[in-house]
Amino acid sequence: MPATSSRISVPTSPAALPLTARPLRCRHCGVERAPAPLAICELCLGPLDPVYATGRALPDAETIARRAPSLWRYKEWLPFDGDPVWSLDSGFTPLIDAPELARRLGVARAWVKNDTVSHPSLSFKDRVVAAAINAAAAFGLDTIGCASTGNLANAVAAHAARAGLTAWVFIPDELERAKIIGTSVYGARLVRVRGTYDDVNRLCAQVADRFGWGIVNVNLRGYYGEGSKTVAFEIAEQLGWRLPSAVVAPMAGGSLLTKLRKGFGEFLDAGLVHGQPPRLYGAQAAGCAPIVRLLERGGNTLEPEVPKTICRSLAIGNPADGVSAAHAMRETGGWGAAVSDAELVEGIRALAEDAGVFAETAGGVTVAGALALARAGHLHADDEVVLCITGHGLKTLDAVLDVIPEAPVISPRLREVIPLIESIEQRS
Amino acid sequence: MSVTMNLPSVLAGHAGGARTIQATGRTLGEAVADVAARYPGLAPRLRDAQGKPYPFVNFYLNDEDVRFRGGFAAPLQDGDEVTVIPAIAGG
Repeated sequence: MPATSSRISVPTSPAALPLTARPLRCRHCGVERAPAPLAICELCLGPLDPVYATGRALPDAETIARRAPSLWRYKEWLPFDGDPVWSLDSGFTPLIDAPELARRLGVARAWVKNDTVSHPSLSFKDRVVAAAINAAAAFGLDTIGCASTGNLANAVAAHAARAGLTAWVFIPDELERAKIIGTSVYGARLVRVRGTYDDVNRLCAQVADRFGWGIVNVNLRGYYGEGSKTVAFEIAEQLGWRLPSAVVAPMAGGSLLTKLRKGFGEFLDAGLVHGQPPRLYGAQAAGCAPIVRLLERGGNTLEPEVPKTICRSLAIGNPADGVSAAHAMRETGGWGAAVSDAELVEGIRALAEDAGVFAETAGGVTVAGALALARAGHLHADDEVVLCITGHGLKTLDAVLDVIPEAPVISPRLREVIPLIESIEQRS
Repeated sequence: MSVTMNLPSVLAGHAGGARTIQATGRTLGEAVADVAARYPGLAPRLRDAQGKPYPFVNFYLNDEDVRFRGGFAAPLQDGDEVTVIPAIAGG
């Protein structure tokens, strides 16, 4: 039994249907079990996934389009019955047409799925935490937590603060300052662990086992991961209920790639979109690229790595969904790319200058990865490509400090500004 | 070599409810075989039919992922601590 476990009451309105979590099924042995804050099959230790009711009523495109602009507009594909109670406003971030980026990539069209403006914590982790915190509500848990490389820490702390839950957040001790402050400010109980994310992750598996909290990416992981599918749903809807030919996304644990595939597949199955599922491409920093190397090496055995990259948000050396992500890329006709730290910094600048989007290091990896894939012939002139940009650049300012030119400082006098403007205009 | 093996709660039921058990062996693989022989319910959950580790069950030797130490061939010292953690977590 957990050492601590307490129950909470959650807000409801008279019209709301009571929230319950869906049952779980083992991906390996197929055994079903009742809904629980549990991600591991008690029989075979395989991963547990939520099971959806077959034949359930699904909304059509017009019905979805009339709903509030949040990820809950797709609630029939999220692992709950009844109505969500918390984090009702996350999701439905902009899909930005990026013609300059398309030219740079040599493709017909390019869009940025802009989760840098995700609400409330400026990364796509708001999606998975919105799902996980409602699972916590369904289970009556009053404490949530996570092992995080930064963005998830911010999201767990912010969502927990709004819901009035206690948050325990475990991170590697050397994370970026903005990600540390962007967690502590919400009143979360932040613990910096000496070691890598993989050390933190192991510790959190033990913490979840000991304390019975809802560690969102450990024992709530089955519910949590489903939130990522909403990236795929939104892309399809925002393109006018059709699919792009390729999607490029960053890879840390690898879950996003697998959930993009699942999400596009579910919309195809529902008849909301038609045609070929997009080719899925994954990008990692070369200093931590176990999934790309698995893809290049072939087979199904992931070799863990000790991360060494400035892209801390993707620095997972032992990715839980690495093998599944490699399958998703292979089986959709996609591929992967690993890029250097210098390339990812250039990727951040290219995205800012081409699309007006300031991304954190993972976004730089995605853009640089897409450019590398284009150079290698994986992206084609007739492709319509979506780049998933998952976190805001203000979280990793240090990455670009050295490459951004110093702005001139002048006195407030016209005679100083005129020559300055003339010299800059002549140079550009 | 005599070592301590920490089990996750989902496996404790297969070891008479114990979260911590003792094991002996010169290597991790031998210690796992020792545990498997004494607790038949644990045997198929710690290793496959060929005695090889599953990709989704991680072993840590004194908090270090054993895949960096040779996997089941990792040598053991008296007093070592082995921790078993199902890998479906993180990210």
